[in-house]
Amino acid sequence: MHIVVCIKQVPDTKNVRIDPDTHTLVRQGVESIINPFDMFAVEGALKIKDQNGARVTVVTMGPPQAAEALRETLGLGADDAVLLSDRAFAGSDTWATSTTLSAAIRKMGDVDVIICGKQAVDGDTAQVGPEMAALLDVPYATFVKKIDTEDSGFLKVVRQTDEGTEVWKLQLPALLTVIKELGEPRVPSLRHKMRAKKAEIPVWGIAELGLDPSSTGLSGSFTQVVRVFSPQRRSNRIQLEGSIENQAEELFQYLKKARVPGL
Amino acid sequence: MDYFLTEEQKMIQELTEQIAREKIRPIRAELDESEQFPWEIMRTLAQADLFGLCIPEQYGGMGGGVFENCLAVEKLGEACIGIATSFAASGLGAYPILLFGSEEMKQKYLPQIASGKKLAAFGLTEPGAGSDVSGIRTVAVRDGDSYVLNGSKQWITNGGESEIYSVLAITDRAKGPRGASFFVVEKGDPGFSFGKKEKKLGIRASATRELIFQDCRIPADRLIAREGMGFIIAMKTFDKSRPGIGALGVGLAQGALDIAVEYARKRVQFEKPIISFQAIQHKLADMAIKTEAARAFIYSIARYIDSDPREVSKVAAMAKVFAGDVAMEVTTSAVQVLGGYGYMKDYPVEKMMRDAKILQIYEGTNEIQRNIIGQELNKEYGRMKESFF
Repeated sequence: MHIVVCIKQVPDTKNVRIDPDTHTLVRQGVESIINPFDMFAVEGALKIKDQNGARVTVVTMGPPQAAEALRETLGLGADDAVLLSDRAFAGSDTWATSTTLSAAIRKMGDVDVIICGKQAVDGDTAQVGPEMAALLDVPYATFVKKIDTEDSGFLKVVRQTDEGTEVWKLQLPALLTVIKELGEPRVPSLRHKMRAKKAEIPVWGIAELGLDPSSTGLSGSFTQVVRVFSPQRRSNRIQLEGSIENQAEELFQYLKKARVPGL
Repeated sequence: MDYFLTEEQKMIQELTEQIAREKIRPIRAELDESEQFPWEIMRTLAQADLFGLCIPEQYGGMGGGVFENCLAVEKLGEACIGIATSFAASGLGAYPILLFGSEEMKQKYLPQIASGKKLAAFGLTEPGAGSDVSGIRTVAVRDGDSYVLNGSKQWITNGGESEIYSVLAITDRAKGPRGASFFVVEKGDPGFSFGKKEKKLGIRASATRELIFQDCRIPADRLIAREGMGFIIAMKTFDKSRPGIGALGVGLAQGALDIAVEYARKRVQFEKPIISFQAIQHKLADMAIKTEAARAFIYSIARYIDSDPREVSKVAAMAKVFAGDVAMEVTTSAVQVLGGYGYMKDYPVEKMMRDAKILQIYEGTNEIQRNIIGQELNKEYGRMKESFF
């Protein structure tokens, strides 16, 4: 079984700052980490590898520095990594990103399962996974918390939704986006770390992927950011005082007036 | 300080630091309180290839030496020496096999220990024999293709949790120190059982139990090397393991120093952070001096031992005794810097101070270490022709 995990580098969420003038993320001088949800995707793939044996390839689209993120996943036990890097990919929205990533998966050819994190913590769109599934024309399941590979040719997965859990069966090849409940990411192993240090990570650009420049990067993006702004802070705070009973009654009346359903 | 580590050695530090930070620090207080054996951490360390650090590659290990082990246990010890001791004790149990075992024995046990699938343990101390090893009462009697063991071992780290035990027993009492031998005993061998788990002042996440042998019959090929080699095997094992105890001390001292400095920078009294007072500054300075001195000392000794010189008992004992004493002093000072807060369980330094005490006691008390150093000095100077007067 060949599993491809798609990862993204994001600013370390512990140190995120917004530029007050441009309202965009300050990326300079901020350490990059692998998107935490993508770490669950890597862990999910490695768990399958531990149990049934599988080849795990990790792929990311990004600047040359993104190779370090790939190296980190090799340290965890991924077999191979591919960096998609080209000036023509700059400014990609989710669609252009999905186009580029799917082209890489097509180029690999023998992929059985694609795993992505449920969303990236910087953009928070959760679109790239499903878009790739559409482009590759494979079935997909989002918010997966458990993966069962017992049936050959199929995956049985458990999805976590707001309404409860769902068990789905998907025919391979298939794509999954995964959530935290899949399991805490492992720590690297010394052997894998040593191998990762020396590993040569191939870089595929627009030529290797055989893509038309008009379909990638800024020119391949349907979304254009017209303006970014911080929403105005709303501060109609009320303070309830008096006995607990009175406070509860006052809160109840307030919610009732606000037409909260069911009151 | 830059100790000019190789890429691989830096990787060991990085990896053990990550495990200490992410996996050990968040649970150390809880394990100290509950005295639960840290199985989850042991599995993490296994998956990270760390149990194989000092085991040669042909037996599934990483082929490192004493220095690599020191780097790893130092970083783990910064977070919790109870957990780090559980890890290090497996290496201690492996050394008799690694240093003196037959090829078949190494093939059988070392890959299991290196992968972390099974923990090892080292059984020497008895109720009547600790510092005075000649007081050992556990006997092993040859009976056809077997040895039959009777007796008990006391305060054995990882006792009950490990699968593989290196155990010292008397095979010929008439021969005195030359009548002791090492054996491999496996959990599940007939007649081998465990006593109650001890309750301890510190390193409470580690498990300490009695090993009980009642007509415990093991195959004769579980004898390590030859009969009568027991004391030599024990001494050569300690030569390798004692710098590791020193490294635990360096880690523990560093962990306590980190907390003390951070606290002293934040704690305000008399309208100033207490680090601005010389009484605190000098204490922190002494803590830092001794911690760094211990680190530099341990690193040079570990590197020297890895160069495989003939005689290392003296320096191995020095490494253990110096860093153990430093850890005791630095952790006690850390509690003093934190004052009342330091004495409370809300901060980790009281645990560190309780933990530190064991470093002056186990793997040969610091008094015994000084005996070894003194005896070696006597021998060394006895061999010298020149006079220094």
